[in-house]
Amino acid sequence: MEGAIKDWRNDIYKVFKELDITMVSHVPDAGHTPLINLCEKDNEIDVVTLTTEQDGVGLSCGAFAGGRKSALLMQSSGVGNCINALALPNICRIPFLTLVSMRGEWGEFVPWQVPMGLGTPKVLEAMDVKVFRADYKEEVGSTVDAAARFAFNTNRSAAVLLSQKMIGAKQFKNG
Amino acid sequence: MIERRPFVQKILKNRQSNLRVVSGLGTSTWDLMSGGDDKANFGFIGAMGQAIPFALGLAMAQPDLRILLFTGDGDTLMSLGSIATVANHPVTNLTIVVMDNESYVETGSQPTATAGKTNLEIVAKGSGISNSYTIKNEKDYDRLIKTIYEEKGPSLVVAKCQAKATPLVFPHSFDGSVSINRFMSTLKS
Repeated sequence: MEGAIKDWRNDIYKVFKELDITMVSHVPDAGHTPLINLCEKDNEIDVVTLTTEQDGVGLSCGAFAGGRKSALLMQSSGVGNCINALALPNICRIPFLTLVSMRGEWGEFVPWQVPMGLGTPKVLEAMDVKVFRADYKEEVGSTVDAAARFAFNTNRSAAVLLSQKMIGAKQFKNG
Repeated sequence: MIERRPFVQKILKNRQSNLRVVSGLGTSTWDLMSGGDDKANFGFIGAMGQAIPFALGLAMAQPDLRILLFTGDGDTLMSLGSIATVANHPVTNLTIVVMDNESYVETGSQPTATAGKTNLEIVAKGSGISNSYTIKNEKDYDRLIKTIYEEKGPSLVVAKCQAKATPLVFPHSFDGSVSINRFMSTLKS
């Protein structure tokens, strides 16, 4: 991780600490890796590696029922896996927070990422998830803070889309 | 083969105060509710495949309680990967009981994969849940009770039961927010 102190993932981590988010689940994504690493070093945060993103929805709801706040980290491709699971926080009015690293929208190399990248905000909105978006590093902390407060104060689902412009599009090389 | 409803009811009737019970959608929830209304139960009526991850999150958040999940083979098969997640984030207080009737009874008893070649005990063991076994008889009740209250979890018990449609027993409310808030009122945060 370059420039650990100034990395915008530190701003997200700070929000986790301030709001007492103590469980973080994920299907890993390069965009989230520095944040996952920060959480793994923190003894107060349980990091759960999932086999599919939808399980993070149920996990998060069970944890909340038991008195713990959590966040699900995933790539935009994972959002589609979560659709029916999102009924659970919706119908139970359990706060649900997810941070989504975007693919398929800014300088994408892999065409297979485009359909779900285009579908991500629509799918989330179709399931009554309030969608926030951060395009610039400077606004990540305040956006995640706003989304988390929205979720936990109003017992709703909220997502923050972290733009590919900000994360950087990986250019693949053959060979 | 176990007759599921009286078996579940017997477990509930003799429950200890440190037990919280969750059920997966369909027959498992009607079974759970048939034991009488109890705030310390939470039954899914949808979100198929989410009962195991929910129970894991709950068990991680409430390590001083014993968490019991009743769910079906259909619900379990939808989220087999969650068994691997449970195994790799060991929670000692979680018992998953799969009421395996080898069919989707709610929708007309179409056979599930466990009616064919799939064995959920072996899936659980292969996923890393070493405390996994199959029961086929009411006589195994005492062994299961020991697992639920005393043994170090996570545990996954496959209870082979009759594929018989039973009367639906509805929960106090179909509104998930009512159910979860009643359930949460029994928990210390």
